[in-house]
Amino acid sequence: MKVRLALTRMLPVWAVLAALLLGMVLVALAGANPVSAYRELMRGAFADLFGFATTLVKTTPLLFAGLGVAVALRAGLFNIGAEGQIYLGGLAAALVGLYVHGLPAILHIPLAMLAAFAGGGVWAFLPALLKVSRGVNEVITTLLMNYVGIYLVSFIVGGPLIEPGAPYPYTRPLDPATNLPLLIPATDAHVGILIALGLALLLHVLFARTTLGFQLRAVGANPSAAAYAGVHVNRTLILAMVMGGGLAGLGGASEVMGLKHRLFEGFSPGYGYDAVVVAFLSNGQPLGAVAMAFFFGALRSGANIMQRSVGIPVAIVFAIQGLAVLFLAASLVVQRRSRAREPRQPWGAQHIDVAKPAAEAVKHEPL
Amino acid sequence: MSGPDQKPILRMEDISKRFGPVQANDRISFAVRQGTVHALLGENGAGKTTLMNILYGLYQPDSGRILLRDRPVHVASPRAAIQHGIGMIHQQFMLVPPLTVAENIVLGLPPRRRVFLDLASVESEIAGLSKAYGLDVDPRARIWQLPVGMQQRVEILKALYRKADLFILDEPTSVLTPAETGALFSIIRRLVAEGHSVIFISHKLEEVMRICDEITVLRQGRVVGTVPASETSTDALARMMVGREVIFRLDKGPTRPGEVVLEVRDLSALNDRGLPALRGVSFNLRRGEIFGIAGVDGNGQAELAEVIMGLRPPTGGRIVLKGLDVTHLPLRSRIAQRLAYIPADRHRFGVIQDFSVADNLVLKDFYRPPFSRGAFLDQSAIAGHARTLAERFDIRITNVHQPVRQLSGGNQQKVVLAREASGVPDLLNAMQPTRGLDVGAAEFVLRTILAQRDAGAAVLYISTELEEVLAMSDRLAVLYNGEIMGIVRPREVSLEEISLMMAGSLRKSFAPLESVG
Amino acid sequence: MSLFENALLISYLTAAVRLTTPIGLAAMGGVLSERSGVFNIALEGMMLTGSFAAVLGAHYLGDPWLGLVAAMGAGAMVGLLLACLSVTLGANQIVSGVAINIVAFGITTFLARALLRPAGIEQVPSFQPLVIPYLSQLPLIGPVVFAQGPLVYALFLLAPILTLFLFWTPWGLALRATGDHPRAVDTAGVNVGLVRYCAVTASGVLAGMAGAFLSLGHLNLFTENMSAGRGFIALAAVIFGKWHPLGALTAAFLFGAADAFQLLIQTYNLGIPYQLPVMLPYVLALLALAGVVGRSTAPAAGGIPYRVEEA
Repeated sequence: MKVRLALTRMLPVWAVLAALLLGMVLVALAGANPVSAYRELMRGAFADLFGFATTLVKTTPLLFAGLGVAVALRAGLFNIGAEGQIYLGGLAAALVGLYVHGLPAILHIPLAMLAAFAGGGVWAFLPALLKVSRGVNEVITTLLMNYVGIYLVSFIVGGPLIEPGAPYPYTRPLDPATNLPLLIPATDAHVGILIALGLALLLHVLFARTTLGFQLRAVGANPSAAAYAGVHVNRTLILAMVMGGGLAGLGGASEVMGLKHRLFEGFSPGYGYDAVVVAFLSNGQPLGAVAMAFFFGALRSGANIMQRSVGIPVAIVFAIQGLAVLFLAASLVVQRRSRAREPRQPWGAQHIDVAKPAAEAVKHEPL
Repeated sequence: MSGPDQKPILRMEDISKRFGPVQANDRISFAVRQGTVHALLGENGAGKTTLMNILYGLYQPDSGRILLRDRPVHVASPRAAIQHGIGMIHQQFMLVPPLTVAENIVLGLPPRRRVFLDLASVESEIAGLSKAYGLDVDPRARIWQLPVGMQQRVEILKALYRKADLFILDEPTSVLTPAETGALFSIIRRLVAEGHSVIFISHKLEEVMRICDEITVLRQGRVVGTVPASETSTDALARMMVGREVIFRLDKGPTRPGEVVLEVRDLSALNDRGLPALRGVSFNLRRGEIFGIAGVDGNGQAELAEVIMGLRPPTGGRIVLKGLDVTHLPLRSRIAQRLAYIPADRHRFGVIQDFSVADNLVLKDFYRPPFSRGAFLDQSAIAGHARTLAERFDIRITNVHQPVRQLSGGNQQKVVLAREASGVPDLLNAMQPTRGLDVGAAEFVLRTILAQRDAGAAVLYISTELEEVLAMSDRLAVLYNGEIMGIVRPREVSLEEISLMMAGSLRKSFAPLESVG
Repeated sequence: MSLFENALLISYLTAAVRLTTPIGLAAMGGVLSERSGVFNIALEGMMLTGSFAAVLGAHYLGDPWLGLVAAMGAGAMVGLLLACLSVTLGANQIVSGVAINIVAFGITTFLARALLRPAGIEQVPSFQPLVIPYLSQLPLIGPVVFAQGPLVYALFLLAPILTLFLFWTPWGLALRATGDHPRAVDTAGVNVGLVRYCAVTASGVLAGMAGAFLSLGHLNLFTENMSAGRGFIALAAVIFGKWHPLGALTAAFLFGAADAFQLLIQTYNLGIPYQLPVMLPYVLALLALAGVVGRSTAPAAGGIPYRVEEA
């Protein structure tokens, strides 16, 4: 009985391991030795300081955006629009970096981050509004907003903001006061990761101990019952989406301010989509998201090395991620059936049933 | 066709079925003779529906066997049941609302004309059958347009179309007015006259005595006995059903209504489909009285409860709670005015299954002291509150952090009750509070509500169980089609009058704004 | 109307019809799946898989038609996967769908780089336009409608056929009922799971066809993430078209026309940066969704797994 409990709690881990196993098959299909490929993967991610720094760099946006998707998920919403929110957040931060001058870093950085939060939040607001007022499924709307967001930013970077004479679209450098300090000198790793970790901790406390967290969880678990108890469900749903969008937007800011110090067209290679995987696999738990984001950050970082030494395309990482979620979705069914006999949930007071249908906004409730 | 001395058309022997820890059916044996109406009588949770679902192939029994016309059969699925000539009319109709009657009836049957449905000929066949059995159904109507009584007849027609011999009716009168019940009984007699056999599942003693030839009583998954109707009485049946003398003994003292707590004036509202559900409803409710709302389900009761709570916006009229106009105030403000609500579907709306008992008990107040300080929850206050309530309301739990999902239905209802009733609300809105509960739990709920009344709360008691409303209410209103047909005292009105009001045929003049007497 | 404008109009409409095809085919699949109660957000992944399989098939089997078969087969397999997850296992349909999309993207990109490029597979045999005699001589609609590739004709035939199927046959009736009230269907003796499996697999086949059109119908190669969100636009078309095959086709045409319009702007180099017109189909889809009234017309049991034994 206890063994079974431990097994079911570890489901995301099993899902990831299973996916990794299948990944070995893919590697073999591509004509390389799976064992040496994975060894190169691990080496690239952890073996030396530079590899580890790269892992941290890749983890940072994944964590920000993953937290963004997680917050929405706890409230029962599927925010698949993290990618677009990252872009809008990056844009907002870049605008602050390009047009505001003369502030010390201690003010400039928070200002840019605030702008990024607003940018991502605004981008999530429209799908939230459509969901609450017209019941339009947020999955499709957030997905569509991704495309609009990416093209919008591309247009702005390639047009009005472009650095004159640039070989490909990027902006002028941002005010140096917005640069995030380095965490590990002589590498790319910047303090963005610390900010993200801090936010993860904050969110953990939010969900476990605050009234707002209780409210979000209640709406996510049973919006009807929450409504009948007097909770403003629609307002909560909008809040959750906007918070989620804002967090993802911070991921964009972190990339722009910490890594390149300019806004590049296409600066996010799909971090927003990975963030969805991170959130699903961690069941919306902020601390779990840290672990998952780190794992996938390591995968991405190591995959580059793997590609260089063994020739396996980096895209295998996406395949592994998707497979992990598939296995998890399938295995959650098993977990749900055995949950009836379990005592209290250990990982936070609430279990997100990712196997339940998504949140239904409450009709008739005034906004 | 001869009378009820025929051999049994159906025999169920030693049927057992377990769902997890619950033994729903425990070695049940009974027989139905051809051309008779056979009752399966029992309280909620006695195992009647499970047994019939087994007969209809929806579940498989753990042990036991079924014999049709003395031959053992294995009913693997509803399709097999249909092929064996068994037709089931469920309590919740198995009709697809956007489709027409003909489409619903022909669903699942092979095509008539090569690959195509031949709706035209199906429709004329249906019309013919409908006429032959006196059912009066329009084959081209869409289900959502039809009143409930008519929908039930579509279900009967469906079974007839598939040449059923044995009809199973699961609590068929729960959705009918007394007059429609009479019409249904005529149809049942017609079926029997044509040689069909009927199994009548119910928990209503008088009806069972009225229409059935033989009665099998179930209690907690076991057969208590099988008797011919002619050799028994409602009292005897009651004793068999419950194992006690009387089902409910409510010690209901006289009432001394105090000041007006709730005034509802000309309230109108739309239902989910945008059609009028409430049309100018007006009444007053005083402290220390129970005001019942009777009526067949679907005449505006749910909408009335929702509008009073603040879950649905009214299209007209006013709601005044303790002198404060709350018509457009949000739910939370009304709760602050000490308004409590026990919803009909407590699984979905009363509790959050995944949350702990403690969390559920503070669902309305978690954001206020003493359960929160500033932005943070006070977990020990929440737990202490839960322990107190669990003891007071006799909620069987192992610890307050247990997820509510693990509690039995009765205990879950107690959680809702504890949360809503513990603060002695000024107004308690109770909707179908005993639905699905066994006798013990139901009695507890009713006693608690009475205690609230005696402590000075005003209670709005909405239920489709007429006997319950009559027993509990000091005054009651009958709701038909969104209008109040009359406000009466239970002792001063006959069952016939109530029945007519529920069917919309009688309007009793009343002075809505003042208590009678 | 001068000849020049006429030619412009013809080429625009021809492009519009052509660009409707992948959206429309996927939308037909979407209608079937959603009508049966399964929310299929994996149309995108199914399309992408179909594109890739089509290229593989066309190359190794030497014929675009065989590539099409490969695409339909691959789409069917992905459909079966989604069906297995959502019907048999009862897993959350959105999570499953999103996961399938990610896996499809990952595997097709991976295999494209690991297999196609090393093998030097670039151009593959593709579909040639199938010009219908006499009808293609008609003014305006002739070249626009009757001088397209075979998959375009397939779409125009499919829409009425599916309409007939859904509303005039018992299996279509059962499918529509399943999405609204699966319990009623179950008690009528129809196997709900089987209906959903068939619907979802069929949607996979159709989305695979859509994907084949992308890689074999106009271009004749596979590029990474070829579907570019068309699967989601197809879903918007399903909703906007009120879950009716003809409605979805009309909506798909709207989006296809927008797509053609943005191409037009780019071709004529009107000085508008390409990103703005490219956004147009997505923005239009959003507007369409925002404007959709009548939530009640959606299949009532959509997205909810059906469980038989409920204690």
